[in-house]
Amino acid sequence: MRAQRRYCMQDPSLEMTDRLLLEQIQHGSRVLDLGCGDGRLLARLREERSASVLGMEIDITQHHAAIGRGVPVIQADLDEGLQDIPDGAFDYVVLSQTLQQVLHPKQLLEEMVRVAKQALVVVPNFGNWRIRLQVLKQGRAPVTEVLPYEWYNTPNLHLMSMHDFQDLMRLLGIEILREIPIINHRAIEHAWLANLRAQHVLYDLRRQEEPAENPHHENVVQREHESPQFGTS
Amino acid sequence: MATQQELSEIRQHSGVGFVETKLVTLFASPQYLKLSGGGELGPIQVAYETYGELTPAKDNAIYICHALTGDAHAAGYYADDDEKAKPGWWDDLIGPGKTLDTDKYFVICANVLGGCQGTTGPGSINPQTNQPYRLGFPVITVGDIIEVHSALTTHLGIDQLLAVIGGSLGGMQVLEWAARFPDQLRGAICLASAAQLSAQGIAFNAVGRRAIKTDPEYKSGEYEPGAGPRYGLALARMIAHITYLSDQSIEMKFGRRLQDHDSFSYDSLPEVEFEVESYLHYQGKRFVERFDANSYLYLTRAMDYFDLAEQYGSVVNALKKTDARFLIASYDSDWLFTTTQSKELVRALIECGKHVSFIELKSPFGHDSFLIEIEQLQKMITPFLEQAYQSCLLESVQKS
Repeated sequence: MRAQRRYCMQDPSLEMTDRLLLEQIQHGSRVLDLGCGDGRLLARLREERSASVLGMEIDITQHHAAIGRGVPVIQADLDEGLQDIPDGAFDYVVLSQTLQQVLHPKQLLEEMVRVAKQALVVVPNFGNWRIRLQVLKQGRAPVTEVLPYEWYNTPNLHLMSMHDFQDLMRLLGIEILREIPIINHRAIEHAWLANLRAQHVLYDLRRQEEPAENPHHENVVQREHESPQFGTS
Repeated sequence: MATQQELSEIRQHSGVGFVETKLVTLFASPQYLKLSGGGELGPIQVAYETYGELTPAKDNAIYICHALTGDAHAAGYYADDDEKAKPGWWDDLIGPGKTLDTDKYFVICANVLGGCQGTTGPGSINPQTNQPYRLGFPVITVGDIIEVHSALTTHLGIDQLLAVIGGSLGGMQVLEWAARFPDQLRGAICLASAAQLSAQGIAFNAVGRRAIKTDPEYKSGEYEPGAGPRYGLALARMIAHITYLSDQSIEMKFGRRLQDHDSFSYDSLPEVEFEVESYLHYQGKRFVERFDANSYLYLTRAMDYFDLAEQYGSVVNALKKTDARFLIASYDSDWLFTTTQSKELVRALIECGKHVSFIELKSPFGHDSFLIEIEQLQKMITPFLEQAYQSCLLESVQKS
């Protein structure tokens, strides 16, 4: 198999990304997990962070597994957007290892900062030096460790580097609150030469404050007070 | 072939075994039911069945709301059923080890107010006149139906239901229950339903009612018990039945196959040439044997009127008070209650921060899928109920 001879990008363990995501989320938040799988992360968030949670998942078996954990889950295709989620319904929206696989990543990112105050996104960094070297030496497209697909059947439709991602954020007016490179299964904030070394990156994103026309403090307080609780029952 | 006695024994020892329909009189004078449309009604007799045992804590009750023409007989057989009898309409879902596990849960199903299978409806005797109500029966709504369900629940000594479950008009009842008595349920399972009947749904109901009312035997509703607008009611059922199927399921079941012939007869007299015609006639005929025309008029109207947003200001307003967990499911081939309508519900529930799960199930059987695709229901409802029950037990441990 040609795929095995090539460098395979390491996927960070689920345990590791889950923990990293968990650390970013404040106690008592409302969290939406896009592509929540069996609801593993959301169940932990509910228990360890007293979060009120909602998952979105396309696969029916995973969907039922999430119900089996008592995690509320909406069957939905991320390629169709988040039209069933009202504006600002969540504090955090999480998208882990999925952005490169959706048809319209730009639209999805815009949707994410619409429905939540902060978006946590874990993406692979195809700017990693081993991939660059491989492309240079072998002239072949990169594959990943856990999903050793060929170019014609890979679910990874969009390959981006950290620089590419940063450019898109500028274009969309999305502020990068934190950028945490993941290098050899370890999260290293402010890593040196991150775009060369990181296999993955966690981004904490927020829509840039538009200059408010008529800021009204009381209104803000009122909305905070009325903010709904998800799945606490 | 099993003898009648052998068959009877098999029935007695499988599923929920033999069941009986119980009767209770609620809303006796002077506590008459105050109706949504004005006026009062009472006393009201309710026909219901129960399966399984209620726990001492009374925390394991699940209430089934049946659809338009359903009845209280959701599971099992009656002891005096003949060999051709079918079990209750959701028998595959209810019983020991099944989805509504009668080893764990206490399951209740009652005939709706306005119905004709034991609960007070237009065919019942009005105690004030000793004559059937007929069109003297007041117009009822899904809200009134829920008042009666809720009163039965209280009569059975239950403060809070573990879950209320229903499809189609039954799903509307689930939603109305959550809106009207938000603390009375912990779980709400709403299948192939919506927060309101679509204009298309009202249109089909209108045709059905027209068929009944223009039948000369209808006699402005004053037909004698046992008589009535047989052809009109059968026609209403035939039309409605088409809306419960999908083009795919009709194609699969009948295609263009002919009944009793290999080729067209080129004879305009016989009404049945294709298999699908024969099937619809049979459905119409069977329906007339078990359903009352006036009941059909009242219940379809209750369905037309149902509109959570209209009644409570908005769907969010209607559902924001309950802490129940919701499980909403639609079917991809259902064109009477569409996925879009279910999603509107889901959106409202997300907006008011409720615990809500949603799935669009794949099935070729159209609106009727919730009565047919039992395995799909089992896979999603079993874990939902387990979790609802666990959270209930956990809560009572924390309280004590």
